Amino acid sequence: MKKYTYTEKKDTRSGFGAGLLEASKKNKDVVALCADLTGSLKMDAFQKEFPERFFQVGIAEANMIGIAAGMTIGGKIPFTGTFANFSTGRVYDQIRQSVAYSDKNVKICASHAGITLGEDGATHQILEDIGLMKMLPGMTVINPCDYNQTKAATLAIAEHEGPVYLRFGRPTVPVFTDPDQKFEIGKAWMVNEGTDVSIFATGHLVWKAIEAGEKLAEMGINAEIINIHTIKPLDEKAILTSVAKTGCVVSAEEHNRIGGLGDSIAQVLAQHLPSPQEYVAVNDSFGESGTPDQLMEKYGLSSDAIVKAVQKVLARKKAGN
Amino acid sequence: MATNIEQLTKTASQVRRDILRMVHACQSGHPGGSLGCTDFLVALYFDIMNHRTDFSMDGNGEDLFFLSNGHISPVFYSVLARSGYFDVTELATFRKLNSRLQGHPTTHEHLPGVRMASGSLGQGLSVAIGGALTKKLNGDASLVFSLHGDGEIQEGQIWEAAMYASANKVDNLIATIDVNGQQIDGSTEQVLSLGNLKAKWEAFGWDVLEMNGNDMTDVIRGLNLAKTKTSKGRPVLILMQTEMGNGVDFMMHSHKWHGIAPNDEQLANALGQLEETLGDY
Repeated sequence: MKKYTYTEKKDTRSGFGAGLLEASKKNKDVVALCADLTGSLKMDAFQKEFPERFFQVGIAEANMIGIAAGMTIGGKIPFTGTFANFSTGRVYDQIRQSVAYSDKNVKICASHAGITLGEDGATHQILEDIGLMKMLPGMTVINPCDYNQTKAATLAIAEHEGPVYLRFGRPTVPVFTDPDQKFEIGKAWMVNEGTDVSIFATGHLVWKAIEAGEKLAEMGINAEIINIHTIKPLDEKAILTSVAKTGCVVSAEEHNRIGGLGDSIAQVLAQHLPSPQEYVAVNDSFGESGTPDQLMEKYGLSSDAIVKAVQKVLARKKAGN
Repeated sequence: MATNIEQLTKTASQVRRDILRMVHACQSGHPGGSLGCTDFLVALYFDIMNHRTDFSMDGNGEDLFFLSNGHISPVFYSVLARSGYFDVTELATFRKLNSRLQGHPTTHEHLPGVRMASGSLGQGLSVAIGGALTKKLNGDASLVFSLHGDGEIQEGQIWEAAMYASANKVDNLIATIDVNGQQIDGSTEQVLSLGNLKAKWEAFGWDVLEMNGNDMTDVIRGLNLAKTKTSKGRPVLILMQTEMGNGVDFMMHSHKWHGIAPNDEQLANALGQLEETLGDY
């Protein structure tokens, strides 16, 4: 198992804030809109540096999406910022008609995704957003795993033409990816090469997968770990190449098991390479209040849960089912 | 170029013929609101707006128009074609398979002149504000126009946008509401009363004008007056009184023709009331 270490923990939303500022310095057409959550989205540095390019829309997310869509006409590259719940479910039709169907170059940037939003509870913890967004034709869906990857992804989507959903989170998590990485949309990252099982992880679950990989290595199981940061377009080649080698799959995500990364992988495998697959995901339920760590444990999004899923899928592989 | 009311009125007559023939040919679509807004759209595209028919999505250096009540696509398509964005013969494809003239306007099929999909109501004012903000950032002194149905403003997003535009002094925007008092289930009064529209929009900080949308002289007067109200720190709203189905006697004074097509006999009757001025497509 390749060794990964970290010296600090940071929130992925701060990676977004840093990436937004840097992208804006590179490109004067980058503008940002926020629905009364500037501090939470870490957009305050941008606001301070480029006040004339920052648009505070108030608590009016539908209007924010519409304004962003309109701002693309004339060449601006709008980044909208609010919580993931209000970035997707609340404004689904606005995104569908004014952004996706209208082919507008809007970057929908969503913080506090998943249950790690924590104490505010289920009203604010969306676990359906990846599914909602990936179903929209033409929408790119990205869920980076740490501060550095989120910053790199933010820079990459500024240069990408087309609508993007960028999903990140609230809690501080280990920073373990390269600070100077080049983020390639739609290209999976090989975290660890292995032969026994393919673990495909996204977002906060990537570090959990690394922890699980170390535990599995001690048990003599050689796990291949791949980070699928781009859920759409999906890197089908990386998935099929890996599963052709390992013969079984565990998917891991901070999302409902219905409609998330796991389902995207299952669809590819069903068509091209039917293989045993286990899901590490929230089991079709809402979240609740609690600390991020407590919630990840309770809802089965821990490294131990990944280890158990691997053991189960290996048994299925061995039994031929 | 001097405004020629007679010529504009003749163009409007042809556009009304186009609308009826398009809707009749596919036996679907929305003739009522299209007929009511014909004079407005003809005035915009043939007189008021500074625009280019060699279409570019960005529209830099020209006025922009956003149709928010997308169901009146027949009048939009006819006016775009008649002003030169695409060939009028394409109007015959309206609502048919593989057409760029979808039931509701879309950018997806790359029809020149359309910058935003609309149909799901209430979104166009926000989009128009976005277009107006970008013009300001780009130092582009052109204007942004939008059109909305009166029933449409029952959507909450309209009021989010209304609040934003005045609070942020989006004063390069002229929004127009088609006040025909009708919606699918009946009159706006019966379905969900809009109350005092002028007082509401003024309370939201807009500069509110009124005009008769079915009198070409008054439409030109109203739109020119609205232009003089721009760049004064407030967004401009026109309450435009129209008659749904205007121009065809049996289609007026009712919500019945909001979304149904005339049969052969009704079409013949309707066309008999409208002079063919520019040649049918």
